[in-house]
Amino acid sequence: MSLTFQVTGLALLIATVLGVPIGAVVGLTRFPGRRLVTLLLYTGMGLPPVVVGLVVYMLLSRSGPFGSMDWLFTPSAMVVAQTVIAFPLVAALTMSAVAGVDPDLRLQVRALGATRWQTGWTILREARIGLTAAIVAAFGGIISEVGAVMLVGGNIEGQTRVLTTAIVLSTRQGDFALAMVLGIVLLLLALGANAVLLQLQGRAK
Amino acid sequence: MSAVHPPAFELAGIRHRYGARTVLSIPHLAIPRGETLGIIGPSGAGKSTLLRLLQGLERPTEGTIHVEGAPMAHPVPLALARRITTVFQRPLMLDRSVRDNVLFGRRVRGRKDRAPADPLLERLGLSHLAGAPARHLSGGEIQRVALARAMAIEPDLLLLDEPAANLDPANVARVEAFIRDAQSRGTTIVLVTHNTHEARRLAHRTLLLIEGAIVESGPTSAFFESPADARTRAFLAGELVY
Repeated sequence: MSLTFQVTGLALLIATVLGVPIGAVVGLTRFPGRRLVTLLLYTGMGLPPVVVGLVVYMLLSRSGPFGSMDWLFTPSAMVVAQTVIAFPLVAALTMSAVAGVDPDLRLQVRALGATRWQTGWTILREARIGLTAAIVAAFGGIISEVGAVMLVGGNIEGQTRVLTTAIVLSTRQGDFALAMVLGIVLLLLALGANAVLLQLQGRAK
Repeated sequence: MSAVHPPAFELAGIRHRYGARTVLSIPHLAIPRGETLGIIGPSGAGKSTLLRLLQGLERPTEGTIHVEGAPMAHPVPLALARRITTVFQRPLMLDRSVRDNVLFGRRVRGRKDRAPADPLLERLGLSHLAGAPARHLSGGEIQRVALARAMAIEPDLLLLDEPAANLDPANVARVEAFIRDAQSRGTTIVLVTHNTHEARRLAHRTLLLIEGAIVESGPTSAFFESPADARTRAFLAGELVY
């Protein structure tokens, strides 16, 4: 269970650190190719996790370009796969959150003497509810994900077995009671994490 | 004074277009330092657009704007941008308290002191709302917070877009007293207003803008008492309907 949180937590952290600034830039600025980037991000939100798993598997496999890192069937590979799934969710939802802030507010903030960075930061702060939603959505997307972590992690007991893959295994073995218990634990984890994020959001207000 | 100092703003050969439509056409306009220039005109005359150009939020399609003798570059250098501020016609509040909104301009300048907000709020009759979420205020209250927010940064060049619209008479008096204070500190003010009485009370010089062009400009008393242009007379008599 702690592995579940470590993998998902680290993937979420990386996706947030990359996705929030990139989403903010795409949402707030105009540059050539912006529509294409938007299209890619929106498409990325719907990436089938099992396909992500397959691609990450191929990249990390012995014969793949990153095979020498020896990450396949380790938690690192699972973090990579979950980050790839979470990043477009965080970036695209951040983008729409900042784009939803009245554009006149940006002009008014600038007219009060804010630098570009200060303006961007201020708009992000204004969009904090949307940002929280972005991170919560990404968390929900990856903690419950099974296809990708199964492929690249291998569901090795004590090493890469997380809640979702443990549920798959228990079900296959006919141990429905254990599968149900793990399922409930997963639900409670998701519930708890969402409650914490909502609490943080409330405090930020 | 203007012989010694270059004007606060000097516009030369300004033409501003949105697509094919020319919204502003000002061959020349100088606003001396310390002057309050009232700009009146019907809706859609280009008044707010002119303020956006002066603030540097938009770059004129053609022509140049000099600020105190130096051409305004785009993007506007921070040091210059921070000497100019605008109170917008539709002020928007940040999702924070009234006090934090007032202090915002100081905050971005690295000034952390919170005390300066209180006297400003008090003078505008907003003390009791200092801790309230600014987004929950009424339109008239927001307008006053926006003025306090602008004054908190002590701008040299202040652009006001209908600062007293939608205010009751008591608050109009408060806002106008506030503007007079800025005048007495030597602030250059460009005051856009629908309200000819307000221009008459506050402006040193008044200018009528119609369809993006200056129809007439002159010292406020002469402008209102003996307007030269027939359109000015019609506008002042309320006959110019657009």
